[in-house]
Amino acid sequence: MAQTILTVDDSASVRQMVAFTLKGAGYEVIEAAGGREALGKLSPNINMIITDLNMPDMDGIELIRNVRATAQYRFIPIILLTTESQDSKKKEGKAAGATGWIIKPFKPEQLVGVVKKVMK
Amino acid sequence: MNAQEEAFKEEAYELLAELETSLLELEESPDDMEVIGQVFRAMHTIKGSGAMFGFDAIAGFTHNVETVFDRVREGEIGVTKDLINLTLASRDHIKDLLDFGDKGDESREKEIIDALQALIPVVEIPGDTALTPAPPETAGEEPASTFYQSTFRIRFRPHLDIFANGTNPVLLLDELREMGECTVTPHTENIPLLDAMDPESCYIFWDIILTTGQGMNAIRDVFIFVEDECELSIDIIDNPEKFNADAQDGNKLGEILVKRGDLSEENLEKALGRQNLIGEILVNEKATSMASVSSALAEQAAVKKQISRRREAALTTSIRVPADKLDRLVDLVGELVTVQARLSQKAFMESDPDLVSIAEDVEMLTSGLRDNAMSMRMLQIGTTFSTYKRLVRDLSNDLGKRIELSTSGEETELDKTVIERLKDPLVHILRNSIDHGIEMPGARREAGKEETGTIHLAAEHSGGNVLIRISDDGKGLDPDVLRAKALEKGVISSDSDLTEKEINNLIFAPGFSTASQVSDISGRGVGMDVVKKSIESLGGSIEMESRKGDGTAITLKLPLTLAIIEGLLVNLGSGYYIFPLTSVEECVELPRDEAGKKSGLLNIREEMVPYIRLREEYGIHEEQPELEQVVIMETNEKRVGFVVDNVLGSHQAVIKKLGSAFKNAPDISGATILGDGTVALIVDVNKILDLRF
Repeated sequence: MAQTILTVDDSASVRQMVAFTLKGAGYEVIEAAGGREALGKLSPNINMIITDLNMPDMDGIELIRNVRATAQYRFIPIILLTTESQDSKKKEGKAAGATGWIIKPFKPEQLVGVVKKVMK
Repeated sequence: MNAQEEAFKEEAYELLAELETSLLELEESPDDMEVIGQVFRAMHTIKGSGAMFGFDAIAGFTHNVETVFDRVREGEIGVTKDLINLTLASRDHIKDLLDFGDKGDESREKEIIDALQALIPVVEIPGDTALTPAPPETAGEEPASTFYQSTFRIRFRPHLDIFANGTNPVLLLDELREMGECTVTPHTENIPLLDAMDPESCYIFWDIILTTGQGMNAIRDVFIFVEDECELSIDIIDNPEKFNADAQDGNKLGEILVKRGDLSEENLEKALGRQNLIGEILVNEKATSMASVSSALAEQAAVKKQISRRREAALTTSIRVPADKLDRLVDLVGELVTVQARLSQKAFMESDPDLVSIAEDVEMLTSGLRDNAMSMRMLQIGTTFSTYKRLVRDLSNDLGKRIELSTSGEETELDKTVIERLKDPLVHILRNSIDHGIEMPGARREAGKEETGTIHLAAEHSGGNVLIRISDDGKGLDPDVLRAKALEKGVISSDSDLTEKEINNLIFAPGFSTASQVSDISGRGVGMDVVKKSIESLGGSIEMESRKGDGTAITLKLPLTLAIIEGLLVNLGSGYYIFPLTSVEECVELPRDEAGKKSGLLNIREEMVPYIRLREEYGIHEEQPELEQVVIMETNEKRVGFVVDNVLGSHQAVIKKLGSAFKNAPDISGATILGDGTVALIVDVNKILDLRF
């Protein structure tokens, strides 16, 4: 069965691009426009989360904290999308429990590369 | 403009409209953090998506505004009327850029950027990064040099809590494995007893020895996400720049352990005092762990291998030579072999010891020269394989299928002529796999397979032959359909009882095609019989295995070279003939009671084998010997006997083509010259059978 990835971003075009790329690589994709919506859509058949950092309705860091606080999702791979290349944001993300990050802008291949890197 | 760019533009216009509202609001209440956040996020999104969809000017420009608002958010810059004005001007500029396809008034842009930068208290933005977004970090690819590979020692010791971030260390090890030749040794000595163990902690660490063409940075990139959650050391333990051909085969085991800090020098000295396997001693003494020793041994092996490989490579330089010069060389060597055989025979007859010794030397040199000349014509099959990648890609795209081509054994060498003549049959087989074998993605999904089908091309040596195997994981052959088709075409009769293998081999029958629809890819089904013919003309054979639903595998067995064959030399009267040794099964005497007949059946270990008298075949009327011999050959999975006068022995035959005068003798594929100068004809067994049956 194809693996399912939850992509969280307030920008519809980024969500569309992520979804398009991942579907092309054979994954199922579920979309959410913000952290709160993402938490609502979490389910055991989601294998991985890709989330934006800055979002109006619960940002990425907060989302990661919430996900990791649920015993069931303690070990799910989470990738943070960010335009900020500063170490501080990465650190904050990692501290909250992110598995890795992708710096925007990225190419479709890079996205698939990172997904393959953290999820089997 | 594609749909995604269109979507971005639409979204950007929306964001710009919101931005305008937010900015006006902000003018009213300059301290409202909520609104400042909205402005920042709008800029952030425009920049991020802009860059992704190729609107680089927008992304570059917006980056500046975003930077300023990041400072505003942090409280470092206050919201002033100037800021609002500038941001509104920026918003208009972004809109211009959007309207005119990412192009705009550059002087205006510079004006705004300068003004924005003036707002930032300490000028920190370095010129480059201000205008172009930072290059993506995960890309970290270095050009891989295949020639200069280095060996690295990597110790990866994840922190206990590495799982808490959703990291699976095994995936990282897998990623290393993909980079090159890799030996992974796990250290399990830190795993506590079961009752003390926390199943959510990682107690294992790994030593990895990796030989790769990629650099240190590429290896670091593998661990990029876990840098802060592990102890990682990467050392280069064998480096091509330091290589010299006289160097020893790397370090001793003890030295490696000491260098890594897994063993102290005193302990090493102590252990070296006794002569035994050092690894065993060290472990028995508890000076170091078994895992450390086996990982050090892996390192030793990897370095040794790499050094010897490089030593070979250092000696290998190549020059390009036109192919026809090589052909000419092989011809000349062929002549030389013949002359040498005459010399040997003459020397033997003269029984002059000096001449015999010279003849023996010449014989030795000639066979060395022959092997050398033959090997020069050998090409690696890999280059041929790589040309098929494109073919598979294009054809599968045309058909809307997803197919991956993987290859192995690219370094297998075959004679140049064989490779050239192999191209068309291989293309044909591949096309069949693509067209009829691999199903459409939808059908594959329904069958519970991966949507992407695979075709695997493999080559390997097997004795004096090369095996080429083309396998796919497609739908395979349906025995029932094959049978029905064969009946319809009259290839078999309705009462024939066929094994699965025989049914599969029906596709090699002339004019047999199972595709119900003719497509422009695999043509009109003048398929596999032609392939079979051309493989046989190369002195090879073809076999087919298939299981319905699981896929098909075709194996080609080919001789290494066409210039020389191992033959069985026989005579008929005063004429000499050669059978290709590859298809000779055995030699038996013709029973006396069969002697008078023209042809018939022989009982060979309870199996009836038909035989043919070559004397009749070739119209030889010289006196017949009292006892005749039968050479039993296996061809097309059938056994046939050929009656000859005498079997003389095996002979390495340098093949000479026959001129056009012999074009009416299709059952003779060539000739060779024997030691005494007589000509022997090479018999094409398949042709004889084709002509007769």
